Amino acid sequence: MLKTFPKGGIHPPENKLTSSKIIKRLAVPKMMNVPIAQHIGIPAEIVVAVKDKVKIGQVIAKSGGFVSSNIHSPVAGTVTKLDKIIDSSGYKKQCIVIRTDVKDESNFEEKEYPLLQEITLSSKEILQRINDFGIVGLGGATFPSHVKLNVKEGTKLDCLIINGVECEPYLTADHRLMLEKSEEIIVGIEILMKALNINKAIIGIENNKKDAIDLFKKATKNNSKIQVAALQVKYPQGGEKQLVRALLNREVPKNGLPLDVGVIVHNVGTIFAIYEAVQFNKPLIERVVTVTGKKMENASNFWVKIGTPISDLIAEVGGLPEGTRKIVNGGPMMGKAIKNTDVPVTKGTSGILVIAEDEASRGEPKNCIRCGECVYVCPMGLEPHLLMNLSEKGLFERASNEDIMTCIECGSCSYVCPSDRPLLDYIRFGKSIVKKLQTSKN
Amino acid sequence: MSQPIIISASPHVHSDRTSKKIMYDVVIALIPAFLVSLYVFGINAFIVTAVAIISCLAFEYLIQKYLLKTEITIGDGSALITGILLAFNLPSGLPIWMIVVGSLVAIGIAKLSFGGLGFNIFNPALVGRVFLLVSFPVQMTMWPTAVENNLSIADGVTGATTLGMIKEGLMFGETMTEISTKIPSTIDLLLGITGGSIGEMSAIALLIGGIYLLVRKVISWHIPVIMLVTMAVMTGIFWVINPEQYASPLIHILSGGALLGAFFMATDLVTSPMTKKGMIIFAVGIGVITVVIRLFGAYPEGVSFAILIMNAFVPLINTYFKPRRFGAKIKSKIV
Repeated sequence: MLKTFPKGGIHPPENKLTSSKIIKRLAVPKMMNVPIAQHIGIPAEIVVAVKDKVKIGQVIAKSGGFVSSNIHSPVAGTVTKLDKIIDSSGYKKQCIVIRTDVKDESNFEEKEYPLLQEITLSSKEILQRINDFGIVGLGGATFPSHVKLNVKEGTKLDCLIINGVECEPYLTADHRLMLEKSEEIIVGIEILMKALNINKAIIGIENNKKDAIDLFKKATKNNSKIQVAALQVKYPQGGEKQLVRALLNREVPKNGLPLDVGVIVHNVGTIFAIYEAVQFNKPLIERVVTVTGKKMENASNFWVKIGTPISDLIAEVGGLPEGTRKIVNGGPMMGKAIKNTDVPVTKGTSGILVIAEDEASRGEPKNCIRCGECVYVCPMGLEPHLLMNLSEKGLFERASNEDIMTCIECGSCSYVCPSDRPLLDYIRFGKSIVKKLQTSKN
Repeated sequence: MSQPIIISASPHVHSDRTSKKIMYDVVIALIPAFLVSLYVFGINAFIVTAVAIISCLAFEYLIQKYLLKTEITIGDGSALITGILLAFNLPSGLPIWMIVVGSLVAIGIAKLSFGGLGFNIFNPALVGRVFLLVSFPVQMTMWPTAVENNLSIADGVTGATTLGMIKEGLMFGETMTEISTKIPSTIDLLLGITGGSIGEMSAIALLIGGIYLLVRKVISWHIPVIMLVTMAVMTGIFWVINPEQYASPLIHILSGGALLGAFFMATDLVTSPMTKKGMIIFAVGIGVITVVIRLFGAYPEGVSFAILIMNAFVPLINTYFKPRRFGAKIKSKIV
């Protein structure tokens, strides 16, 4: 029996169309739009001015507080504008616009670092680099990594979990990275184990990536500290709480963090970024993005510089196919639909999914037939139909008592609802009001 | 681009299950039982079923169009199911106007006056059936035999239901050994060669339909299995103590609409609990009430009343038996 989390979950069609496509490097665009809020927390503070020349990897916006992150220039070039540009949230956000210097060779060097296994830095130095080089969680939540790793003295911590689950349909960025950079990822895990002073790490990979499982099993055969665990394919197993439950049978308390049960979870992409930052002083200025869709003939995976307009990625795979009705930044379950393709790739962009006519529209909502499907699939043990009802009627206090705030917004309820009810939409709305009520009380 | 880009919140994919598909799966699951009733009761079974379906659809249409002035939902399959299930709970010779009255009560009172699909507390078909039973007790308990319909499977078929015969026999002081010579054999009960309402005839046909619903995941095993096990255990205790005064669990389960109730009526999505824990309580309740009515009540048959009584508890069950929240220390939170 493969491990998995026991309560809820769904298994939508996997559609991993690009799992055999080697990660290609996307040509450096002429103009880069780098948002200063690419992470959860306080936006970074701009430290460059218009007409400034910037070098590749130079800090252009400094961490704006503890829960924040540095932003580095993805290219060598000139700052042309400090402007507000629509990002994937649909709102205008402050961006630093940089014109790439086409004459600067550093922009076009395909730097492949050799494998460097020796870890020379101390725990403190490692954490400092992770902070300095703008590493955030690349699984999609973009939580600043140094905050996650800032474990208070005396906290019981015994296990590092590496999230290689990639449970979102379509996306293959983590899968490809695991296949192509397995040794680097293992060094990255060792770096983190050293930084956290722990001796146990588990890599969790879903069983639809057997090649990655085999590769890591082989690579860690003589390493007693790192285990590889194959997981049953089930969404949302990549959710931290579900993954910790699946791998260690530990349940993170309500409103708690994995740290409360002695665990820290990091995505494989983040681990690779940490490896490069610690071993080669490379800031987080590029990431792997899957560009995919059922009608996309040249769907593939790409190394993309942060700030690249999504239109460049789409052009690279042959443009939008006829009948495109939806463009999603991220996976189909949790990604955000975007209106135009000028939106830049940010640290949290794991994929671009193009959806055609037949799958783009939602069904007309009908009466709830009280089938209870939403209750069975909710991985958090909530009652989505009830939370939607309470939010719709404005009974926010009751919604709060029914644990609306513990919803992880995985969308399983909306996915299964046979009456096409917009469950998660209302739950999000309810959460936003409950949050406001809570902050105004404090 | 010819058409505008759609912006909506996640998720951007949806399972291909729709409530319509669920409804039509229920209809498909009812076909084996309908075929058996056609075989046993002939054209009468067809007439009763057709009248019930047409009047249920017609009342839903008329009430929604002229009285409520709301969207017309006769295409969603739910009124169709109400019609079939109502017919399945009626004797095959019932006058047509009574069927129409039953349909009006089922659709008009039990369903639409509560707010339509999803808002009704009681199973509409059962409300229609019980309304007819208490209003027209004579006609509702006249069970035409296969012989009257010129079918040649004569022998086991009689004019009363199996449970009715047992109840009557016991009232006149007969023992089960004496009664057992008159009632249909277990084989006859399985095949449907017995007296009864249209849909409750053949245990095998109902089981086939029930298994189809389980395989298609329209229902979960909790309600039917636990309800039948509860009935078997309770009637079994009495039977073991005094086999001359109480019928065996097998007879109880194979007759009197227990299987029809367990797989098709109690499992109605709208009027059953939404958590597994709740379903178990609900099913045990139905089993216990059915047996109490059958053994100690005036009616030989108790499934309909038992389901309706437990329907009334569903909102309460949903409030108290919640799924366990992830990460909660105490098992289930009581509001």
